[in-house]
Amino acid sequence: MESHTFDVIIMGGGPGGYVTAIRSSQLGFKTCLVEKQHLGGICLNWGCIPTKAILRSAEILGYMNSAANFGLKADNISFELDKIIERSRGISQRLNDGVEYLLKKNKVTVVKGHAKLNGPKAVEVVPNETNNVTEILKAEHIIVATGARPRILPGIEPDGKCVWSYFEALRPDIMPRSLLVIGSGAIGIEFASFYSMLGSKVTVVEILPQILPAEDAEIAECARKQFESNGISIMSESKITALKETKNSVTVTIENSKKKLSEITVDRVIVAVGVVGNIEEIGLETTRVKSENGSIVIDSFGRTDEPGVYAIGDVAGPPWLAHKAEHEGVLCIENIAGRSTTPIDKKKIPGCTYCHPQVASVGMTEKAAKESGYKTRIGRFPYVGNGKAIALGETDGLVKTVFNAETGELLGAHMVGTEVTELIQGFTIAIGLETTEQDLIHTIFPHPTLSEMMHESVLDAYNRAIHN
Amino acid sequence: MPIQILMPALSPTMTEGTLVKWLKAEGDMIESGDAICEIETDKATMEVEAADEGVLGKILVAEGTDNVAVNHTIAILLEEGEDPIEIKNFTIPAAPISETKEEVSTIETLPIPHKTEQIAQKMLAKPSHESKRIFASPLAKRIAEQNGIDINSVVGSGPNGRIVKRDIEMTVSAGINSASPQVKIGDTVALTPTVPTFSKNDPVFENMPAFKAISNTAIRKIIATRLTDSARNIPHFNITIEADLEGLLSVRLDLNSTENTENRISINDLIIKAVAVALKRHPNCNAAYTDEAILQFERVDISIAVAIKGGLITPIIKDAGSKGLATISSEVKDLVTKARSGTLAPEEFQGGTFTISNLGMFGVKSFNSIINAPQGGILSVGAGEERAVVHNGKVLVRNIISLTMAVDHRCIDGASAAIFMKEVKSIIETPVQLML
Repeated sequence: MESHTFDVIIMGGGPGGYVTAIRSSQLGFKTCLVEKQHLGGICLNWGCIPTKAILRSAEILGYMNSAANFGLKADNISFELDKIIERSRGISQRLNDGVEYLLKKNKVTVVKGHAKLNGPKAVEVVPNETNNVTEILKAEHIIVATGARPRILPGIEPDGKCVWSYFEALRPDIMPRSLLVIGSGAIGIEFASFYSMLGSKVTVVEILPQILPAEDAEIAECARKQFESNGISIMSESKITALKETKNSVTVTIENSKKKLSEITVDRVIVAVGVVGNIEEIGLETTRVKSENGSIVIDSFGRTDEPGVYAIGDVAGPPWLAHKAEHEGVLCIENIAGRSTTPIDKKKIPGCTYCHPQVASVGMTEKAAKESGYKTRIGRFPYVGNGKAIALGETDGLVKTVFNAETGELLGAHMVGTEVTELIQGFTIAIGLETTEQDLIHTIFPHPTLSEMMHESVLDAYNRAIHN
Repeated sequence: MPIQILMPALSPTMTEGTLVKWLKAEGDMIESGDAICEIETDKATMEVEAADEGVLGKILVAEGTDNVAVNHTIAILLEEGEDPIEIKNFTIPAAPISETKEEVSTIETLPIPHKTEQIAQKMLAKPSHESKRIFASPLAKRIAEQNGIDINSVVGSGPNGRIVKRDIEMTVSAGINSASPQVKIGDTVALTPTVPTFSKNDPVFENMPAFKAISNTAIRKIIATRLTDSARNIPHFNITIEADLEGLLSVRLDLNSTENTENRISINDLIIKAVAVALKRHPNCNAAYTDEAILQFERVDISIAVAIKGGLITPIIKDAGSKGLATISSEVKDLVTKARSGTLAPEEFQGGTFTISNLGMFGVKSFNSIINAPQGGILSVGAGEERAVVHNGKVLVRNIISLTMAVDHRCIDGASAAIFMKEVKSIIETPVQLML
């Protein structure tokens, strides 16, 4: 058995782990990253990136189908699913190589294999399909970044045949003519959008009254109307009571809010009911690290109950977002290096869903703000009032802002419509820097852009919108 | 030609500062934007970023140097391809005057627009604290204004010491610092003496010798307000006991004579542990008074008073009652280092259920402290020293320590405090109890 010593070992090469490794090396630490499968983790290989690739194909197909609206002619429009998937896998591979290059450039030692803590100052690399050598790695600081995996509910376990998790949904064996999606969070809704845009008859089942449950109710309702007008049928306040699989289809029994049962037979089912942290088989029991509800317990700098062992990203709890993992990792390593850092305020982390239409938000929803006791001022501006949106032919959507009426603090911003995922950073900066309505009102937004709606929404909250 | 790195002006009125720490060593590659050193002013500690790139050739001002004048050369940067020998041939020109400033490469700091400089100049006539540039978010400024809070007296916890909403809200909720207390008609207004505003011409200073006025830093103002409030509002009483230290000294000797050379346990660590264990056994002393109820905390979080430049701060050993000595010892070291370098996170010094202050290292026999509100008690630890004690009619020489607890009488009565102090004494004198 070989043994090597480092300053810092990072367990897991997802977006949190690899970014932390690069920063660690930049700070002068001798750094080792252990990854059991793919550099870039779920995000780059099975999540954020490949789904954006397939959604882009669906989006362009949508444009081609509406070519006539733009004075264009296109006949015999069709698609090849395997080519769409091939492109998506290729993009993951390309970025995967990119991460490998970045780690090498930053002199991070990458070890392939399954990492397990072996007491607080050592990591044992257990052989797996990527590596057959057992190694002991030692370091003063060990950062656990093992990520998360799809949550499994009893009775609706994905089996990889007709009942899919996101892994199979990104490598489909057939183009399902009909599809049932269980769960209307970001993952469920993105797949529902994609397959629906390719022509699948899609049904979404959500246990709560609201789809996209984390989003502002008004925005979710606006998105729901558009999904339904695009042909997706949505059953909220409903749950799956039985699931019967035959050779090439699944019959699902659904109970609605009035306890009425209905049956639906579909080609494929996608289960997207959240994720749980990968806390098993990583040797936590050899340390004093504590876990709670499937996540490692940390303080605001990623420190666990075991000095020298840290956790960041999905394994350290919600929100399960790549950008939260990256930021948490950088804070953790900078704190280890004794740099002055400011803890994450989880209320200021933006979230994006890349369905059609897109949804993006940061901060408190209107309901959350009211429940927290704030007197609010709400601003709204619809896409239909924006020149650029009309020119793009994308007139469905809404930009909503929530202010504290007493202090002018921007408590939250919520958007649905074309390209809102690229707009939300503006409000994120505003909230991060603690601007008030005055600073936003005095900012000049460029014309003609979709971003003017952000300005108008703020103006509307103070009863001075121009184009409303 | 090598580039001079100059002491930057972090605010329009800054004339000198302390070079706290070098973040790069001689010979390190420096890229534009890299943080190269930390500079402290009376307001904040800030990282200084390099404007140029090259190799850090020579450090001219050592870490920890105070009163480094603005525009003084603090280091030399070698550009790509330059030989270190250049440094020897390089003579430092006299501190550049402002007209030539642009020709000399300086460390880039926050740009100060010309107009602000003019305003700052005008404001110099006013009391000094108002002329300093305050780094605060627009929201923090507005909430401070709405609550009549003097933003100059608030310590920022945001990036680079920026004052953010959280800091103002904490000041508001602590109920301190209100510049214009709201008094309703009919209220009885207590005639508390107010702190005089400093003015050189004040008759109070007329017959006094010449003096140097040292402006109050933000931390000084907080200490002044919080301790004045505590002394005025909390009915303090003090209880002193003497404890025989021989047992604790021998435990310490045993602990430190093992292979554990890296993490040596101090008497202070042992006292923290003893007090935490005693508080666990007597939760009525791990308490805070409020108008509605006495709060008894379920966990013992010990604040330890640490002297820092220009003041003091009380970082916290959380759950000290359940932690082992090695953990307590290493956490104390870590927290003290962070406290002195100004890198404590807010949660590392806000909170705490009981405070320990130790002046034993200065040879102080015993002393009283002012309670760190809203906590219910604070323990003052004096020096362990050989004293003559009478035992069974004989005079013996023993190591004795004096411990004084200041108590908030609103939540802890005399007998309760006495029983608690007896427990502390018992644990110190028979430290084997710490193994329980």
